[in-house]
Amino acid sequence: MTNVLKKLKFESPIHISKRTDIPKWKTWLIRGVAVLVALLLCGIISSILSPGSFGSFLEQMFKGCFSTPRRAINLFEETALLLCISLAVTPAFKMKFWNIGAEGQVLMGALLCATCMKYFGGKVDDGLLIVIMLLFSVVGGATWATIPAIFKAKWNTNETLFTLMMNYIAMGLIACVIAIWVPNNSGTVGVLPFGNFPKIGKYPYILNIIIVAILTALVFVYLRFSKHGYELSVVGESVNTAKYIGINVKKVIIRTMILSGALCGIAGWLIVGGASHTVSTEVAGGRGFTAILISWLAHFNPIGMSFTAFLVAFLSQGSSQAASVLDFGGSFPKIITGMFFFIVIASEFFVGYKIKFKLRKRETSKTDSPSADCESEENACGGSDDDGIGVVIAESQSEEEIVLNSTETVPPPQRTSESIQDKEEVEA
Amino acid sequence: MQDNTVAIQLKSITKTFGEVVANKNVDLTVYRGEVLSILGENGSGKTTLMNMIAGIYYPDSGEIFIDGEKASIHSPKDAFAHRIGMIHQHFKLVDVFSAADNIILGEEYKGFDIKSEAERIKEEHSAENAAYAAYKPEEHTGVLAYLKAPKYHSEKETKRRIAALPFEKIAKRIKFGWLSRNRADAIQSIANRYGFEIDLKKKIYDMSVSEKQTVEIIKVLYRNADILILDEPTAVLTPQEIDKLFAVLRRMKDDGKSIIIITHKLNEVMAISDRVAVLRKGEHIATVNTADTDEKELTEMMVGKKIDLNINRSEPHDVEDRLVVDGISATNHDGVKVLDNVSFTARSGEILGIAGIAGSGQRELLEAIAGLQRIDSGDILYFDPTKDNEKIDLRAKTPVQIRDLGVRLSFVPEDRLGMGLVGNMDLVDNMMLRSYRNVKHNEADEKKECESDTEKVAEAVSEDSSAAESSGGKKSDGKPNKAKEAFAKFGRGVANCASVVWSSIFLDRKSPKNLAENIVTDLEVVTPSTRTPVRRLSGGNVQKVLVGREIAAAPTVLMAAYPVRGLDINSSYTIYNLLNEQKEQGVAVIFVGEDLDVLIDLCDRIMVVCGGKVSGIVDGRTAEKEVLGKLMTNNSGAGVAADSVGEDLQ
Repeated sequence: MTNVLKKLKFESPIHISKRTDIPKWKTWLIRGVAVLVALLLCGIISSILSPGSFGSFLEQMFKGCFSTPRRAINLFEETALLLCISLAVTPAFKMKFWNIGAEGQVLMGALLCATCMKYFGGKVDDGLLIVIMLLFSVVGGATWATIPAIFKAKWNTNETLFTLMMNYIAMGLIACVIAIWVPNNSGTVGVLPFGNFPKIGKYPYILNIIIVAILTALVFVYLRFSKHGYELSVVGESVNTAKYIGINVKKVIIRTMILSGALCGIAGWLIVGGASHTVSTEVAGGRGFTAILISWLAHFNPIGMSFTAFLVAFLSQGSSQAASVLDFGGSFPKIITGMFFFIVIASEFFVGYKIKFKLRKRETSKTDSPSADCESEENACGGSDDDGIGVVIAESQSEEEIVLNSTETVPPPQRTSESIQDKEEVEA
Repeated sequence: MQDNTVAIQLKSITKTFGEVVANKNVDLTVYRGEVLSILGENGSGKTTLMNMIAGIYYPDSGEIFIDGEKASIHSPKDAFAHRIGMIHQHFKLVDVFSAADNIILGEEYKGFDIKSEAERIKEEHSAENAAYAAYKPEEHTGVLAYLKAPKYHSEKETKRRIAALPFEKIAKRIKFGWLSRNRADAIQSIANRYGFEIDLKKKIYDMSVSEKQTVEIIKVLYRNADILILDEPTAVLTPQEIDKLFAVLRRMKDDGKSIIIITHKLNEVMAISDRVAVLRKGEHIATVNTADTDEKELTEMMVGKKIDLNINRSEPHDVEDRLVVDGISATNHDGVKVLDNVSFTARSGEILGIAGIAGSGQRELLEAIAGLQRIDSGDILYFDPTKDNEKIDLRAKTPVQIRDLGVRLSFVPEDRLGMGLVGNMDLVDNMMLRSYRNVKHNEADEKKECESDTEKVAEAVSEDSSAAESSGGKKSDGKPNKAKEAFAKFGRGVANCASVVWSSIFLDRKSPKNLAENIVTDLEVVTPSTRTPVRRLSGGNVQKVLVGREIAAAPTVLMAAYPVRGLDINSSYTIYNLLNEQKEQGVAVIFVGEDLDVLIDLCDRIMVVCGGKVSGIVDGRTAEKEVLGKLMTNNSGAGVAADSVGEDLQ
């Protein structure tokens, strides 16, 4: 029996190995399949909540987004806003400056934009006012981003904490300003009548969409073809290399963060001037954080980001429509979005790793420990989640087998975890 | 003390990583009490093979037998259970812990099985009871006899003892988790047994490389390893330290331990090993007795063809002072003095070697010259050959400032992928690191031209208008042509200006691409394409890319820090030849090396550094290894100790 036990334990049928080169189409196939699987699962969840609603759930998802031109425009406007903020965080992330303060930077842009609308509104021409609003928003966003950048460059403070804290300050500032503007404690500013973006054609928001499309192209070119873009990716990859070739790292950090903040400011300008026409602490609506996800999912590629941003907008709008029609309650869209991203992100595991199932032959081997892989290809181990999954698969396997054979008095072969040892004691 | 008991046997081991076959049908046998060298070029699968024995990788197919029994080694833990220990090239120690704590770290609590323990107690008690029954007290006298006398265990007592076992187990577990104050003592006995000199209470961060290695070895021995695998243990040691290590290894061998040692250095193979196994491209070529072979034969087996192991050292010609370093001192972040009054001269057409124990200030010295390390005092002077050896002070300049001064200084840093290159970027983008800032040269000229053009246009226009004014429009047939021409020129000028602006904002990937392609063909870099991230290339190819780029900048001073570290023989000789070529072209080459044999063969002069100070500069043609070794440990206590041990051994 000992031999049987050993065999069962060691000759796992799953073989995970790292992929070195995967064709582009395969990557996209995997991601596409993941999206489909996610939709399917969401449908199943919905049919559990209300039996037979599988079809109508999917229908409502699409209806909520495309049934009327107005809805479609809303969808694209939301996509544009998310994309704009994603574009903003991307240069910083490529530089490995973990700017999670986009929310605050957007808020500051929005606040200064609204301030302009309130104080210059009616005194200057609307066209000029919009330009002034843009300038102020850019300055607001850029300032909020530059402060942590300077601290990072000069004293190497932790940018993650710093930018996060700056978010709260921005929120507090807005609350404070609103309290000054609206003394009656209602806390709402109301629609500001001046400086609203002109309509192009029949529908609003078209200008927003056009501006973001242009920005996407610009950021793409900046990152891919400009010297600045090259410098910031060198700084991100290795500060030592940057110093070695004489890049002024501090300058690059501050410069990139000014750009990042300015783009966030533009997002604030678009939100206040082009959409909400008012300001509140909720005006950014968590987009600053969603944008981080969008940027990562697209591997910091602006073109890819336009797709992921669309996906996010589609999900939230479609699922809230589905939730309201099928009466699932307010948390349903969150569940759907969460599930969706869980599956899409998990699919990256299959992009990075190959899994072979060898059920017939017993002589197959088990996977290498992922950490060992990391050693052999130092920089290659990108996603740590992936590693986690690998380990989980390996360990859960061995544990099951031990439980199956735990009547044996022979101590199980080495690779046991603590829990298995405990089991043994209980047995004894 | 080699006997013919097989300690470990590998049978047709195969391991692949994706498409790459790291090991193919490798058979290997290691006997008890022998030193086996594993020899092979880079990428020949030595380390992978050893990692499979040490449980870091698991073979795709093939079997491992330990003491004649089939074993599956899935983790380093399994390996330890089979009494196999590996000392990796990069030490895995916790810096802030003492040596002793590092050694006991990760020690497994060996619990006991309660059932079998109960059986054992029962048997023991009944055996003792039997002895008690047979015991005749009158045959034994004295106090000690009473103590030694067998005792009777009642059945109740046995039961009680067995019932207490679970608690005993828990108590043992708790005791195991407790750090005892004299935990170093048990380890000290191991150290004494094999003659290690080590202070076990010393913290790792205070230790030299060789001390750290000692800790790693003791750690493995502490876990009762009978088979020790050492991955390039001598790469970081001085000759004296290597002698010391070898002495210890011989003692372990006499104690019946099997030692597998991975190395590149043939002379060490000859010195220490009993047998040599040669791997080539993942396959096992042969295992031979060291006594029956020589370095030449081994090289042939390793490379697969005959190669010339001589470095051609030409006589330097047109020697001029190129770089004078005068009394520089520097301190690092922790306020430790890393360079102390270092002075030397690098001359054109010469290779200046720098020898020293790793971390004696070599890196800081090169970085100071390259403008990356701030120096506290002293001067770095460069004599520019293009400007009639005009003196340029490089002190406190940034790398960009140095380049802008027209100093053609190339630097191949020690950390190739962390400093010299960006691992995730492709060859083209890595070529660009040096040159991306340049505005295209001809366009730079055009910039001047376009400035003057605009002036001319302005002149022409004003001339034209004044002429028109003065002549009252009479002579206007010829003049407008001139103006037109001027305007056309102006248009071109604007276009040129635009292209200058364009090239100062945007990247030019064309010339780096050409450069990358040239380097790939000239230096025989093995890569799928020039758009492959450099981290995917093997160590030798990475180095070729880096050295190629630095040489492409047409340097007058070329500094290379450990350019052949981790490279196989073929790649190493490619690099030596490149350095020699540069020397013949009149470049002042500064070569920081670790292999003293190579330094002696390659360099015209060798400067030895020790603890941030220059301990001597010797002529490469007359230098002796022992002399260099002594200079390397010149002013430290460890050096003296090493010397005395070396003498003891002799």
